[in-house]
Amino acid sequence: MLKKTPLYPLYAEHGARVIDFGGWELPVQFSGIQKEHEAVRQQAGLFDVSHMGEVRIVGEDALSFLQKVTTNDVAKLVPGQCQYSLMCYPSGGVVDDLLVYFLGEGRYMLVINASNIEKDLAWLREQAAVFGDVTIEDISEQTALLALQGPHAERILQRLTDAPLAELKSFRFYEEAHVAGIPALVSRTGYTGEDGFELYVKADRSLELWKRLLAEGAADGLVPAGLGARDTLRFEARLPLYGQELSADISPLEAGLGIFVKLDKGDFIGRDALLKHKEEGAPRRLVGIEMIDRGIPRSHYPVFDGDGKRIGEVTTGTQSPTLKTNVGLALVDRAYAEQGTELYVEIRGQKLKAKVVKTPFYKRGAAV
Amino acid sequence: MSQVPSNLLYTKEHEWVEVLSDTKVRIGITHFAQEQLGDIVFVELPKPGAVIKADESIGSVESVKTVSDIFSPVSGTVAAVNDALETEPEQVNASPYGDGWMAEVDISGPEALNGLLKAAEYEALIG
Repeated sequence: MLKKTPLYPLYAEHGARVIDFGGWELPVQFSGIQKEHEAVRQQAGLFDVSHMGEVRIVGEDALSFLQKVTTNDVAKLVPGQCQYSLMCYPSGGVVDDLLVYFLGEGRYMLVINASNIEKDLAWLREQAAVFGDVTIEDISEQTALLALQGPHAERILQRLTDAPLAELKSFRFYEEAHVAGIPALVSRTGYTGEDGFELYVKADRSLELWKRLLAEGAADGLVPAGLGARDTLRFEARLPLYGQELSADISPLEAGLGIFVKLDKGDFIGRDALLKHKEEGAPRRLVGIEMIDRGIPRSHYPVFDGDGKRIGEVTTGTQSPTLKTNVGLALVDRAYAEQGTELYVEIRGQKLKAKVVKTPFYKRGAAV
Repeated sequence: MSQVPSNLLYTKEHEWVEVLSDTKVRIGITHFAQEQLGDIVFVELPKPGAVIKADESIGSVESVKTVSDIFSPVSGTVAAVNDALETEPEQVNASPYGDGWMAEVDISGPEALNGLLKAAEYEALIG
């Protein structure tokens, strides 16, 4: 039996095509991936990402516990601020990537990937056993999450809330705001490479919030958007997806996420392995590739050098809806990471030429 | 135009066949197929002169998120392909039975069409 978010009843109304996404019945698209992608880049899109997991970490030892299980420096957070981080295994491989919200003294919220909820909870509980006062509470079921993303997001949301959004910086949040009269945690975060907000609300108020946002935003070009556009948007902005750019076998340093690994903050799980990676250089690198020959790189397609030696594989690839070029991210032997390096992607039995290019493929505000 | 034109033949894999003469057919993918795929951004076709077999993959159609094989509905020799799809793959969405055609194939005779579905049969299949 597939799991459904509280917003499931609305999908059909908006003409969504629903797919099985890691055990969840979720909308891959509404009006079309291309259209939704463009709407988010130019106006605004509304995503239901209620499948994401939310976990409260509470107690006197919450900070020291999180310092131990995550790679970023939790002590740097002020209340009302969140950070991107990773949980690693002692090997340096990644348990999950996540957001850490600092709600207040001894109170944190983690936002984790839907497909990893059970694994993460087991991991967190196992690690918490040696800490004194830490409570781990899974609030995923009762929490819905709507992502309002795009250049028009602020003006749409501001019409529905008294919270001063112009003052809310990136990776900051208001824990107790109201949107259309509905209590919500309003966070200036997202997974699209655009400005935008993520709204955490009680599951039983999410239908109402979805409807109010769409009605309010229609004049500003707001459309419902699905997982397909979410994936192409995050891909163009080079935001990693667990299971593709990150896994138990890929370290954050290989994935180019070194700035979220604070080796000098004190001990944490995976530190020794990551320190070694840093000193010796990670054996593989995540690079951007662009096809020279005709073809579209896709996840898991093997990558070769000019002599036919296998040097890695594609983690994500598509035709960029913004640039219209056939591009991908690939995890390759570090000797091939230099921009301009020519390599070959095997597509349907043929080795087709590509080259290493700069990422991200798309950056907000930059000319395209 | 009907979404399942009655003058065409079909396969379970959602290709259509237009009989141009006793020894020549034109092929493409159906309205249903293009709708399922979504925005088509890439089409790979066989080369003219290629000898192809029924039910074997002769190319691919890719949308933003998916890659899908084109299975040949007939055995024969590729006589021509629709090169315009290289630069305008979206024609497959806009006009799957018209400008979105994919290839013309020389066949040995009408017996090459055995086993293909009639419009009513295909319509029943896609429900």
